[in-house]
Amino acid sequence: MTARLAITGLMKRFGGVVATDNVTLDFAPGSLTAIIGPNGAGKTTFFNLITGKLKPDGGEIRLDGVDISGQTQSEIVRRGIGRAFQVASIFPRFTVEDALTAAVLTHRQQTSSMLRRFPLPDAASRAREIMALVGLERVGKTPSRYLSHGDQKLLDIALALALEPKVLLLDEPTAGMGPEERWQMIERVQRLWSEVGMTLVFIEHDMDIVFKIAQTIRVLRYGKVLAEGTPDEIRSNEAVIEAYLGTSLEEPA
Amino acid sequence: MTARLEVLAGVVLGALVVALTLAFGDKALLDVLMRLAIFGLLALSLNILVGYTGLVSFGHAMFFGLGAYSFGLLMQSGAVSIPSAALITLVVACIWGGVVGTFCIRLDDIYFSFLTLAFQMLLYSIIIGWVSLTGGDQGLMGGIPRPPFLGINLAEPRQLFVLIVVVFVVCVLAIRQIVQSPFGFALRMIRDNAERARFLGLPVQRYKLIAFVLSGFFGSVSGILMSLYVSGAYPNFAFWSMSGDAIFMIILGGLTVFLGPLVGAAVFLLLNDNITRLTEHHGIVMGVVLLAIVLGMRKGFLDVLDEWWQARASRAEARAGGDRQ
Repeated sequence: MTARLAITGLMKRFGGVVATDNVTLDFAPGSLTAIIGPNGAGKTTFFNLITGKLKPDGGEIRLDGVDISGQTQSEIVRRGIGRAFQVASIFPRFTVEDALTAAVLTHRQQTSSMLRRFPLPDAASRAREIMALVGLERVGKTPSRYLSHGDQKLLDIALALALEPKVLLLDEPTAGMGPEERWQMIERVQRLWSEVGMTLVFIEHDMDIVFKIAQTIRVLRYGKVLAEGTPDEIRSNEAVIEAYLGTSLEEPA
Repeated sequence: MTARLEVLAGVVLGALVVALTLAFGDKALLDVLMRLAIFGLLALSLNILVGYTGLVSFGHAMFFGLGAYSFGLLMQSGAVSIPSAALITLVVACIWGGVVGTFCIRLDDIYFSFLTLAFQMLLYSIIIGWVSLTGGDQGLMGGIPRPPFLGINLAEPRQLFVLIVVVFVVCVLAIRQIVQSPFGFALRMIRDNAERARFLGLPVQRYKLIAFVLSGFFGSVSGILMSLYVSGAYPNFAFWSMSGDAIFMIILGGLTVFLGPLVGAAVFLLLNDNITRLTEHHGIVMGVVLLAIVLGMRKGFLDVLDEWWQARASRAEARAGGDRQ
């Protein structure tokens, strides 16, 4: 089985601190993976390295066999790695539909035209497809700044989807949400993954959610891969229980 | 479709204003309307940067001054016709905008604003200092020749009036088209969240530069019209207070509605003329008005109207939605 995203010996240092320490991980095409780990384990740094926001000090990041480490953010986006942010990064004064249409136009490199009128019908219908996919049709005409916290995060994911990524990285899609909203969000993410068939990697703190939906779990600690495996394997992994999960897993909620 | 409607509306309105003014108006009304067209175009061109790209230029009058001086000097040389002088001036303005813009757009926020201001004051200093060419603080003296071309004689006030209105309408429609195009929405993305736009793959710096040049292009058109109107060019065209006036117009009228800056220009000219007639301390009065608007409304006239309109629409929608349930 060839991996869609293959990471080998990835290194990143900040001064004396090793934030990413020889990380080697594979992500199979169409897989759904959770990345967990205590605060400061290097999860967000890991995403920043993959997306080109940070330059790795060593190692390889291969997307479909091509090494992309050291490329700029926009090159990596073009190659097919999309990302949603921990704090929703949206266009406050755009309506949801306009924002997605503009994102689709940007992806298709059709923003240079001054002679045509926005929105181009093609891009607008693609935007509506994406809205339907993530469940934002109900707020299509709402300016993004008036959306609820959860919808803003959905919009952030939808903006990443406009780039038609092969790999989608979600940095804490449920951060800052109440319990009920969390489950709605995660069900949406799961449905999205099964409908679009892309490779999805998400960082998550809520263990109930992680064990419920992830196919594979990778545990990071001090920038290293501590363990990887199926939810069952992780649950019973001694090192993980000792280092991170404590004893609460004995009786899953 | 909407684009065609707008062109139609623009042409009809322009023709109506011209016809009514020429039929019933006197010289004073011609003057008011010509000044409104010139300053309205100046404010609208600046709003490409301020309202749509989120770049607050404090130096927009450099294009106003550059347009007026370049055109005036070319005409005084006697070597070129009015259309050629205008064309050369616009090319010069685009080159100036490209060079200055390349430096300015590297900076964000207030640093951008101050660098545009610095370049403007550089131009102002050249105008003041190079007396043999520009006449220094006296301005371009002796009038600007307006030889007839293509059967148009701009020395005749009514023909000048028609030309200024026509150029104004064409420019407003062109700016409108630009801000409603995919390119215009890319500018709005930069205004709202440049980082995210970059991450979606938008070449942000290139788009900012194009916006800067476009804004300067239309700004220098208004400078050309100004030099035709006053038959001269004066250093204050390129002074910081002229840039300040343009920003004041945008604040007055509002920057989120396309025609806001034009309404702002109208209110500004109205205030300015009447206050100047009443008192010599007109700076104080204008300052108080600006304070009242900034502290009281916190937005421009058309912004307020637009919000009221949107609130009304969404209330109506809510009521309709309630009926359906």
